Amino acid sequence: MSKNLEFVKFDKVDKSYDGKVLVVKDLNLDIAEGEFITMLGPSGSGKTTCLMMLAGFETPTNGEIFLNKNPISNIPPHKRGIGMVFQNYALFPHMTVFENLAFPLKVRKINKDDIDKKVDKALSMVSLTGFENRMPGQLSGGQQQRVAVARALVFDPQVVLMDEPLGALDKNLRESMQYEIKHIHESIGVTVVYVTHDQSEALTMSNRIAVFNDGKVQQLSSPDKLYEEPVNSFVAEFIGENNTFAGEVTNFQKDQCKVKLSNGSEIIANPVSVKSNGDKTTVSLRPERALINTKDKLENNFNGKIEEIIYHGDHTRVRIDLLGNKEFILKVPNSSANMDIKMGNQINVSWSSYDARALDPK
Amino acid sequence: MSSETKQILTTDGIPLEVSLKKAERKNKIKAFLLVAPLLLFLLITYIFPIGDMLMRSVDDKMVTEMLPKTFKSMEKWDGNEMPPEEVFESFYLDFQKLVEEKRDGKLSTQLNYTKNGFKSILKKLRRKAKNFEEGNYKEQIMDVHKRWANVEYWRAIKRRAPAYTSSKYLKGMDMYKNEEGKIVNVEEDRRIHRILWLRTLEIAFFVTLLCFLMAYPIAHLLATLPMKYSNLLMICVLLPFWTSLLVRTASWMILLQQQGVVNDFFVMIGLVPDDNRPEMMYNKTGTYVAMTQILLPFMVLPLYSVMKTISPSLMRAGKSLGGTPFVTFWKVYFPLTIPGIGAGCLLVFILAIGYYITPALVGGASGTLISNQIAFHMKSTLDWSFASAMGLMLLAGVLAIYWIYNKLVGIDNIKLG
Repeated sequence: MSKNLEFVKFDKVDKSYDGKVLVVKDLNLDIAEGEFITMLGPSGSGKTTCLMMLAGFETPTNGEIFLNKNPISNIPPHKRGIGMVFQNYALFPHMTVFENLAFPLKVRKINKDDIDKKVDKALSMVSLTGFENRMPGQLSGGQQQRVAVARALVFDPQVVLMDEPLGALDKNLRESMQYEIKHIHESIGVTVVYVTHDQSEALTMSNRIAVFNDGKVQQLSSPDKLYEEPVNSFVAEFIGENNTFAGEVTNFQKDQCKVKLSNGSEIIANPVSVKSNGDKTTVSLRPERALINTKDKLENNFNGKIEEIIYHGDHTRVRIDLLGNKEFILKVPNSSANMDIKMGNQINVSWSSYDARALDPK
Repeated sequence: MSSETKQILTTDGIPLEVSLKKAERKNKIKAFLLVAPLLLFLLITYIFPIGDMLMRSVDDKMVTEMLPKTFKSMEKWDGNEMPPEEVFESFYLDFQKLVEEKRDGKLSTQLNYTKNGFKSILKKLRRKAKNFEEGNYKEQIMDVHKRWANVEYWRAIKRRAPAYTSSKYLKGMDMYKNEEGKIVNVEEDRRIHRILWLRTLEIAFFVTLLCFLMAYPIAHLLATLPMKYSNLLMICVLLPFWTSLLVRTASWMILLQQQGVVNDFFVMIGLVPDDNRPEMMYNKTGTYVAMTQILLPFMVLPLYSVMKTISPSLMRAGKSLGGTPFVTFWKVYFPLTIPGIGAGCLLVFILAIGYYITPALVGGASGTLISNQIAFHMKSTLDWSFASAMGLMLLAGVLAIYWIYNKLVGIDNIKLG
């Protein structure tokens, strides 16, 4: 069976709350059946608004949302059959775990035996069998979140929405829950729309990520492409760490260009969004792509002065002053102990022109 | 080294437990001193008056002290036939002493409470007693008036012998102890208190219900509106709080009277004919309207404080899981507001059951409550012991309601804010 690539479709959706500012601008987004898609962006970027429009708690000001080819703007939330996991879990505090899970089944008038079976199945899926009679207040944060996930899945919804579901958990728990949710998604194949502002969460879990900023999708692609090949400086800045140089294109070619920096030196970069000589640009370089004292012959090779050394356990971050950028960060694995990293020392840094992406100016 | 049983010592050698207690004692004393003024205040203004009320309501020492010899000699009398000479003699002696001290008037009032007809025969006895000869008082007293020869009057005196009585409580329930000492109801046309108790409960119940029905949507609105609107609405709810109770009740009188604003409006829109304006005051309607308005904030505030804590995402979750708005409200929202409903209803009901000023001003004859009866006995008949008895019955009623509530809902589930 071929997958429906437009299972959820945002078609030219605008949303404004006050009639003055558009929080979502001309959003076009197709979500395939069974996909795990993450809407990632800073707060106020419109990602949660999109989710709320899909869930039915907000209506688009303009445009239409389709679910399995049916327009849903006029369908109230309770008839959409979309499961949702909320940031604060939103478990019903006066009901036991069993009653919480049975709620969506009871309102669908499913008979009692089937309810028991489905609840059992959902609870074993999140490995909470035996917790049926607990009240939500007696569960830890992680357990509550698992119950919330189970409740959103128990009635076999077409789509499950998750609105920063792990935001309230501590770091370790958050990581293990990320894997758990990912595994659940893989085993049952439901379409998941996930909202988060945590980029590592998005990179870990998603098939595709839609990076939101300023009411628009900045880039929609798989996690690796998003990280390796950001299409604009917002994405490069937002996803992962990023060293930048501002400058002007001087020697534009098809797959290489020279960028003249403000201090006069020139670097060779990969022209991603610059078109011609004289364009202003921001060159973006991932810290791990800058190599130290390497023997390989790379196009860019400069010396910088070490300004600060921060120990991070598995690696050391070194801040150097390079080509007028005092915030240039290097990541040095702690296994490479042979290097002479001391405050004030000069250090040789080099990188390939392909990794230095000349993007739009900030 | 130190075993488990060995005491742990602090560095200066004092056992840890002792020094801990010492350190904590200071804090305990400080805490107690902080609450002591309030404790004292409560003791003086609350516990003590209630104790005094209790004493007063059962106190019947007055007659006991006025006729000490009589009651002593009556101990042996079984009350079936006329008492023996000994009783008459001691009664004469007691009475003469009272006459000398000019306290016989009080005695006649008190005995008249017990049985009508004592006043005149005591007056007569006082006149005649001056000329009594020594000995054979029985015959002399019986000659004064034929009622003195009636055994029922002597039984009536004997009934006043105990220093404590429950008669006031019985009276509050429209009951009394008859000559044979049995508790019986008063005649049907004189049962005023029971009607009042029932009416008090009825009005309190319906005022609570009305308050609940009106406060629930208001509280919900308050809890869900954006801050700038909800603040304004909150002020509207609280505004009556800041106005004197008397002023509010008086303004209801202006609104509700037959030539008042509400009636004028009804006539203007043609709802009622001008010559047949409905009476909305000096009856139950007036009491309902005014009390509901006055007690409304007491329902709104607990409901609001509970609703405020209910996350809006719960309703969303309910809807996203497939519950219709009504089902979601009924299964998710409503159960979560029960602590607020309980607190509000208990508060309003208890306040309503003892309400005084409003029913007194707008209630008329059919809209007054038990508290008005208590006030009547405090101010007009000066029968304080009866007023105390009814006050305590009211208090007991409130405690009973509290107890029932605790059994049904659980007092821990209450949330006032």
